[in-house]
Amino acid sequence: MRLGAFTTRSITMAPRAGRPTPRMAETPSGLLNAVGLQGPGIEAFLTQELPWLAERGARTVVSIGGGTVAEYTALARRLADAPGVTAVEVNLSCPNVEDRGRVFARDGSSAAEVIASVRAATRYDVPVIAKLTPDVADIVAVARSCVDGGADALAMINTPVGMSIDVETMRPSLAAGTGGLSGPAVRPLAVRCVWQVHAALPGVPIIGMGGVTTGRDALEFVLAGACAVAVGTALFHDPYACPRIMRELEELLTERGFDRLADAVGLAHRPPGSGPRGRTDLEESSL
Amino acid sequence: MAGSPVQVTGTVLTTRRVDAYHALTVVAPGVADRSRPGHFVGVAVGGPGTSMLTRRAFAVHDVKPDYGGTVELVFSVRGPGTAWLADLRARDTLDLVGPLGRPFPLPRDPCTCVLVGSEYGSASLFALGDALQRRGCRIDFVLGAPSADRVFGALRARRMGETTTLTTEDGSLGMRGKVTDVLPGVIADARADVVYACGPMEMLRGVTSVAVEFDIPVQVAVEEAMACGIGVCMTCVLPVIGDDGVTRMVRACVDGPVFRGERVRFDDVGTIPFDALGAPGGRHA
Ligand SMILES: Cc1cc2nc3c(=O)[nH]c(=O)nc-3n(C[C@H](O)[C@H](O)[C@H](O)COP(=O)(O)OP(=O)(O)OC[C@H]3O[C@@H](n4cnc5c(N)ncnc54)[C@H](O)[C@@H]3O)c2cc1C
Ligand SMILES: Cc1cc2nc3c(=O)[nH]c(=O)nc-3n(C[C@H](O)[C@H](O)[C@H](O)COP(=O)(O)O)c2cc1C
Ligand code: FES
Repeated sequence: MRLGAFTTRSITMAPRAGRPTPRMAETPSGLLNAVGLQGPGIEAFLTQELPWLAERGARTVVSIGGGTVAEYTALARRLADAPGVTAVEVNLSCPNVEDRGRVFARDGSSAAEVIASVRAATRYDVPVIAKLTPDVADIVAVARSCVDGGADALAMINTPVGMSIDVETMRPSLAAGTGGLSGPAVRPLAVRCVWQVHAALPGVPIIGMGGVTTGRDALEFVLAGACAVAVGTALFHDPYACPRIMRELEELLTERGFDRLADAVGLAHRPPGSGPRGRTDLEESSL
Repeated sequence: MAGSPVQVTGTVLTTRRVDAYHALTVVAPGVADRSRPGHFVGVAVGGPGTSMLTRRAFAVHDVKPDYGGTVELVFSVRGPGTAWLADLRARDTLDLVGPLGRPFPLPRDPCTCVLVGSEYGSASLFALGDALQRRGCRIDFVLGAPSADRVFGALRARRMGETTTLTTEDGSLGMRGKVTDVLPGVIADARADVVYACGPMEMLRGVTSVAVEFDIPVQVAVEEAMACGIGVCMTCVLPVIGDDGVTRMVRACVDGPVFRGERVRFDDVGTIPFDALGAPGGRHA
């Protein structure tokens, strides 16, 4: 059994030391984190990490993060001639330094600007994925802007912002105060986002994520409209979660009479009372 | 790391109370045989479907070859995860990943080593002591805690060590005070060549400054809050100076937990020092 792809943490132009510790707080069925995109920067990533992944035959989705449109574009350019990039995922949950720190993903037009610019700088045969945050009034509007800007696929959700307070110290648990919430605690929120975006943009491939820990959770995202499912926090609990989730998902699909995952994508959207094979119009995604 | 860590569903062999601590012996082949002194394990707590997503880190106290390999963990109850562990009984199962981290480096030639442990930090020192003695080293122990019931392993230290010095903050056992109060005397008397230490960050800072004064190497095993234990989440970082003199935010779980004490910037733990690689306000960030 082979995993579809490995998505990197978001790579930035310069090395980044990230946020102070504590960076993590466990919450019920969830995890708050404020890592602050710690990483070695794109040059070290290209010389050390990407070749390491390629040697092991991993299909790699490289996530990029920046503070300006120009920075995202420069990252995409650096990746354009690097071998072993299966897709570029644009982490739009980064503060826009040219917009008083407002996160790109909260504003359809700046998100679209980033996507258009990254799309233009990326090889035609490498898909560009826009990663969205649920912390918006209308996720469908942002999704549509990204697709109009040239996104080949959408990934959702990035972590919504949360907070926990240590009642012993009577201070926020995280040094940064707030952090991104992940794990099963956010799954219903994520499924809702996938559902809404798939309903509005049924032709756009969606990578669903947020609290997937079992094959059943993955199937939930597929039924909501995701054609691929990603796993993050579950790996902290179970480093071998991915092959297990895949096995469980295959069993669930077989039990329900599906030959292909594509036949189940978005199936929960069929009208009540219609048969389980209501949709055959969806093409299998190339992702 | 000694090969890659494995995940096993272990079976609890025995549970016992040791003063203020709980000790849990778990049959965990694959983890036990590859554990070296200083390694730790990541333990899933709460059972199937648990709402506690992060694994808890525990030093491997003892390793035995029985039943294909057992590991013993020593812990105190701190929150819900350790409370769950304390309720385990023989024949319960426990999901663990290990061995994790970088173990204590051992000297090539026989020398004199002082092993310093605070509270359950001494748990990882006995396997280390065994390994050092097998290499012909002399070992001396300094163990401390706030009170007598929280000094772990005093008897065993007395059996193994050339000398053993105990300290408690309330004076209920050994000398009143902290391990760092007695350490200079122990180092001087033993004419120690190396110090190994395991315990809270504050104590490791103190031990390191003593060793630096004596100009002898010091290896410390740090305890940083961890979410994954396997190097992927970047939550367990602390500022450490590299061979090139550059401070980096390194991961305690895979680059540590054992570091050369003088390389750890104890005063800056919990911050991003302005001169760390990639620090905000630096040229690029
Ligand atoms: C390398 C290493 C070795 C350790 N060895 C031992 C040992 O031998 N014996 C022992 O009693 N304890 C040890 N600890 C500390 C132990 O991991 C914590 O006591 C335990 O995680 C607390 O879990 P909890 O659910 O009871 O507490 P909570 O405070 O409710 O834990 C909540 C979260 O914080 C994390 N956390 C809290 N405190 C710590 C801490 N001090 N270190 C790391 N993570 C923390 C937990 O993993 C969890 O994600 C070690 C820690 C590390 C990093
Ligand atoms: C510790 C941690 C670090 C993360 N870092 C990134 C990142 O660098 N870029 C990004 O786009 N998302 C990042 N995420 C978000 C995840 O990719 C994912 O969108 C989210 O956690 C929901 O999925 P999960 O519940 O399966 O983890 C991070 C999440 C966690 C928990
Ligand atoms: S605990 Fe996740 S990187 Fe160290």
